[in-house]
Amino acid sequence: MSGAPVLEVDGVEVTFPVNRPLLRPFGRPHSIKGVAGVSFEVKRGETFALVGESGSGKTTLARAINGLQPVSAGSVTFEGQRIDGLGRAEMKLHRRRMAMMFQDPIGSLSPRQTVGELVTEAFRIHGSEGRDMRAETARLLSLVGLPLDFADRYPHQLSGGQARRVGVARAIAFNPVLVVADEPTAGLDVSVQGEVLNLLNDLRERLGLAMVIITHNLHVVRHVADRMAVMYLGRFVETGKTEAIFSEPSHPYTAALLSANPEPDPDKARDRISLPAEVPSLLARPSGCEFHTRCPWAREICRSTPPPASERAGRVLTCHFPLGPGEHPPERIGL
Amino acid sequence: MSVLSVNGLTVSFTTDGGTLTALRDVSFDIPDQRIVGVVGESGCGKSTLINAILGLLADNGRIDAGSVLFQNDRELTRLGDSDMRALRGQRISTVFQDPMGALNPVLSVGHQMINVQYRSGRSKAEKIARAVEMLRKVRIPDADTALSRYPHQFSGGMKQRIAIAMALMMEPALLIADEPTTALDATLEVATIELLKELQRDIGCSVLFISHHLGVIAELCDEVIVMYAGEVVERGTTRQVFNDPRHPYTFRLLDCDPARQHQRVRHLPTIPGEIPDLRRRPEGCIFAARCHRVHYACMRTPPVTEVGNGHAARCWLAGNPETVKVTA
Repeated sequence: MSGAPVLEVDGVEVTFPVNRPLLRPFGRPHSIKGVAGVSFEVKRGETFALVGESGSGKTTLARAINGLQPVSAGSVTFEGQRIDGLGRAEMKLHRRRMAMMFQDPIGSLSPRQTVGELVTEAFRIHGSEGRDMRAETARLLSLVGLPLDFADRYPHQLSGGQARRVGVARAIAFNPVLVVADEPTAGLDVSVQGEVLNLLNDLRERLGLAMVIITHNLHVVRHVADRMAVMYLGRFVETGKTEAIFSEPSHPYTAALLSANPEPDPDKARDRISLPAEVPSLLARPSGCEFHTRCPWAREICRSTPPPASERAGRVLTCHFPLGPGEHPPERIGL
Repeated sequence: MSVLSVNGLTVSFTTDGGTLTALRDVSFDIPDQRIVGVVGESGCGKSTLINAILGLLADNGRIDAGSVLFQNDRELTRLGDSDMRALRGQRISTVFQDPMGALNPVLSVGHQMINVQYRSGRSKAEKIARAVEMLRKVRIPDADTALSRYPHQFSGGMKQRIAIAMALMMEPALLIADEPTTALDATLEVATIELLKELQRDIGCSVLFISHHLGVIAELCDEVIVMYAGEVVERGTTRQVFNDPRHPYTFRLLDCDPARQHQRVRHLPTIPGEIPDLRRRPEGCIFAARCHRVHYACMRTPPVTEVGNGHAARCWLAGNPETVKVTA
């Protein structure tokens, strides 16, 4: 691992306009913040996971990193160069080195192209530089563990796991330094999920990739990510080393997410932190700590004052009352 | 007593590539007031099983053999369309994965909740009262006013809870839940499972719960059926199957779940290979091609071996747990 980070995200915000003129007289905002100021960095050979529930801004952040979504504040630095706000042509140069794997393995492949065409599409976009397409197809398919005769197949002839492998092959065509994978295993069976994660891990080691993995599956994060960030309403509520967060979650939301993961063990004693189900709307962000509406530990100060970010042993946390080891909620709240 | 008793059910589909046997010799019981889970990966026949029970097989599908006996007196495979319609929604109801697909977007929630009671013989006022009562049970806030709202005005979790309320409105004997929590976030998923458990106890119905999520099955179900390529490879109580798997597939499937690995591993276990082409079902054991314990006997179809009280596996080695659990 070299010292300089491959990717540095600093205070990034992404806003979406809300075009509802009727709401304006009532003082509703004209825009909402999908990502509300997040910072992190990823080094070579490192895997960083973004975790959170639907609507927490994980995918928007990924799109902001690779320029598919304009950044309204903050900066994205890739290999030492600022890339936020770059034009299409300039961004194109960086996209070779920064690959994206989109959600939905089969849906993200054009149904009219063969696997061979799909894995070499990057060369048609970025220029083949005299490469032999047949040789490139063979190289990429073998890197992701697919037989060469798959080159003539169409996406509908692939299983979910095979389609994911094609997605990986597409992503690594230009030897990128960074891969951003959005839900790389969603919808896959457990036995196949392992194959895809093992493949990503192997490639990360062999090619020295930096990876950003977006997922809602915490069990996956534990095994693949070196560091992780838990997102809530577009902000990081807790960031740190994966193992440390798993063994001792400090933010109540992290603790609730971890405890909400059903384990395949019927004898496991369940000590669950249940949260009120309703996630606040981004149009009306809660005052104070934005998690207070669902937090079993919330006190008066949490309703009025936003908690500052604090750092402790490499862990960044935004909470007034971080949890101690194994701390349980004061009372149980149902749905 | 059993609410549903499936015996030797075999279902096939006529396709361009030949006859596809989607279910083969499937047998299991759903006892009264129990939650039975069906677990298996894509293509194992979970959905075909539901459709066969409900009489909703596609036109190219047919039941070749076997019986589906409901409450010990009605043979569902031979029931006429109108008798079947009288059962569905009343005695057997369903919740599907996508709550938006289950609710009509252009009708208010109340309208739909009153419609599903059309066979109840209740007055309009009683139907409304019942709808409000069910919405309260599934913890929809402001249940009275919720009736006049439309599905899009509710969040995903609330929509799924409304779908559950509608399914249980007529107090069915059997609720079939097909991956009802798969589309929900983790915190909502566990809340929905807890709610289902509570309602099941309340109403006293049985539940057939289909899922590929082993953790959810372990948490919710009393009994579990493991399916592979259209066959039941193992069944038993959840404890028996999860703590003492007797079929190599069950063992490997449990092993694959990253949630079972408490130590961080960089290389996750997998099951190499693919499910066989069901149009050309191989001779002998269906799992043989991917099994780490395969041996000569597997050329013949293994019998269902009873290994404990209600615990059975379709494997030659079922009686020999230590052998099953050796990894290659």
